[in-house]
Amino acid sequence: MLKIENLHASADGTPILHGIDLEIAAGEVHAVMGPNGSGKSTLSNVLAGKPGYEVTKGRVLFQGEDLLALEPEERARSGVFLAFQYPVEIPGVGNNYFLKASVNAVRTHRGEEELDAMDFLQVCREKMKVVDMPEDLMNRSINEGFSGGEKKRNEILQMLLLEPKLCILDETDSGLDIDALRVVAGGVNALRGPERSMLIITHYQRLLDYIVPDRVHVLQDGRIVRTGGKELALELESRGYGWLEEAAENSGSAG
Amino acid sequence: MASTDSKIQEFVDREYEHGFVTDIEAESIEPGLDESVVRWISAKKGEPQWLLDWRLKAFRQWQDMVEPTWALVEYPKIDYQSITYFSSPKSKKDGPKSLDEVDPELLEAYEKLGIPLKEREALAGVAVDAVFDSVSVATTFKAKLYELGIIFCSFSEAVKEHPELIQKYLGSVVPTTDNYFAALNSAVFSDGSFVYIPKGVRCPMELSTYFRINAANTGQFERTLIVADEGAYVSYLEGCTAPMRDENQLHAAVVELVAMDDARIKYSTVQNWYPGDKNGKGGIYNFVTKRGNCKGRNSHISWTQVETGSAITWKYPSCILSGDNSIGEFYSVALTNNYQQADTGTKMIHLGKNTRSTIISKGISAGHGQNTYRGQVKIQKGADNARNFSQCDSLLMGDRCGAHTVPYIEVNNPSAQMEHEATTSKIGEDQLFYCRQRGISEEDAISMIVNGFCKEVLRELPMEFAVEAQNLLGVSLEGSVG
Repeated sequence: MLKIENLHASADGTPILHGIDLEIAAGEVHAVMGPNGSGKSTLSNVLAGKPGYEVTKGRVLFQGEDLLALEPEERARSGVFLAFQYPVEIPGVGNNYFLKASVNAVRTHRGEEELDAMDFLQVCREKMKVVDMPEDLMNRSINEGFSGGEKKRNEILQMLLLEPKLCILDETDSGLDIDALRVVAGGVNALRGPERSMLIITHYQRLLDYIVPDRVHVLQDGRIVRTGGKELALELESRGYGWLEEAAENSGSAG
Repeated sequence: MASTDSKIQEFVDREYEHGFVTDIEAESIEPGLDESVVRWISAKKGEPQWLLDWRLKAFRQWQDMVEPTWALVEYPKIDYQSITYFSSPKSKKDGPKSLDEVDPELLEAYEKLGIPLKEREALAGVAVDAVFDSVSVATTFKAKLYELGIIFCSFSEAVKEHPELIQKYLGSVVPTTDNYFAALNSAVFSDGSFVYIPKGVRCPMELSTYFRINAANTGQFERTLIVADEGAYVSYLEGCTAPMRDENQLHAAVVELVAMDDARIKYSTVQNWYPGDKNGKGGIYNFVTKRGNCKGRNSHISWTQVETGSAITWKYPSCILSGDNSIGEFYSVALTNNYQQADTGTKMIHLGKNTRSTIISKGISAGHGQNTYRGQVKIQKGADNARNFSQCDSLLMGDRCGAHTVPYIEVNNPSAQMEHEATTSKIGEDQLFYCRQRGISEEDAISMIVNGFCKEVLRELPMEFAVEAQNLLGVSLEGSVG
């Protein structure tokens, strides 16, 4: 599904990623963990095509195609979804209207017919139940005045509606209390399937109690320094990221 | 994106370079302005003596006035002696014969803006006088209006047919001495529109919807006068979303509204004059004086404007709330891109008791555009229980543009209630990226964000106008981010 090869990237001229190799097969859920400033968000932004980032080396294949050659909206339409760490507010633009425009942009790309207002509402209501989203949030402006938890639910709702092939969750757990975390994780788990891959970016292990990953990667200074199973996350939780740094220094190589 | 940018830019440039509006074989006088020119214009139009005297008085006053410099706009000094003050359209025979001869990119622009098919020909300057059916449409509706006693005609016609009304109301809201540009307009105005809605009549259609094409050539010194008698209602639309070409760089229009007891006037404008090229060369100077007098009790005047064109906009549609319980409203979207400058706002003068005013202003600046909201709310001594609500929001795109808010508030009555809110925000890369990450194109995203920002104003526009205005905002901003 996704194949990242020797990816180097800078943000506003500063090199951040120094050679990432990562492959996620269809149906797999991978977690990328790492301390602040390790390059986690840069990785998700580069994959989604956010302006301001420059890929200096390497390539990314998505379903065998060169992902980096596509505009952000083309990536989204072909099935790359980024759940934002900080979803933006857009005053005056109805959430309902926005989601419908988004769903229809993706449907059109897939050669499917656009949903009309009634059909959309029906589909939307169903998905809203999954993330326990109150109906009035649909009639408000995008994320405007939403609580932290509501914003994240809104992200997951969009993911449910768009049914992407690759879901990238950028610190979706940040700022969530345990109940909201459960709801959000429930939404994500509802999407797990053999045709869909996920890249979960997180600072803490907590989220991975609810979304159990197939692989865990540790990102440090723009490189993946260790890869393991779900138990690696637990180990990080108990020993901290400092442990890896020491281990790296002692062995003189990165795992 | 780069290719879209250049394509749009190309289209904007080309459209005006080629000039598809019919070349008017003008019967004009030499450039320059003195008393003989004013006399010539008046004679040419066959005006009565009183109107000539009125024009001459205005001209003499104008000569003693100085051009105002307080607005936050910069432009080279205007040489008033190099301007031609009268040209009458003669024929359209040099225009394209059909839409097939018109630049396809211009047609694409009309398509994008959702201009009705019938109107596209007229806007493109196609010589269709004989066959164009808006003429018959116009005639049909005129007859219907006439049945209701509504007068809707050109200003010149009104001077001939209804001199008593013109004499009574002309200059009653905007006196000749009001300001430099109003005085100039009073001296040399070419033509314009006159509307009179008799007592208790509700005008059954949006005025000028069916006529706006014909009004496209009203010239640079336009004069509009609308009188709504007791209990009357009228919604008047001015302008057009389609880009319009004009040879005259200086526009100085005057609009006067008079609302009697229980009358309501809704005046909507979409202004899209040539804004100049991307380097700020050329473009219309739009110095307009618009004012309404809520003369009667419970009268109500609303101004709604969407200003996207012109190199310079200097415009403050205002309300004098003379009648008790009268209401004044001002809803405005002003957009400046490239090197456009807009200094616009309103004045709400509260004289009567229990008068209310609402001001919603949305300024959008992109490129090197400069956008100023300038407004005055004045509560006079006798205006007990007056209320005002003002909201001035600015949206910035990029980091080379500017937004300025200059509200003046003067309260001379302690019972007044005033509220003022102002925000400035930036259309962020983040907002755009968020939309694009959801599969929405950059073009659609900009349009969506800007229309969201302007929502409170756009919903005041009559339906069909609102849709065109929404498209217009999107088109005017294409390529201004990223």
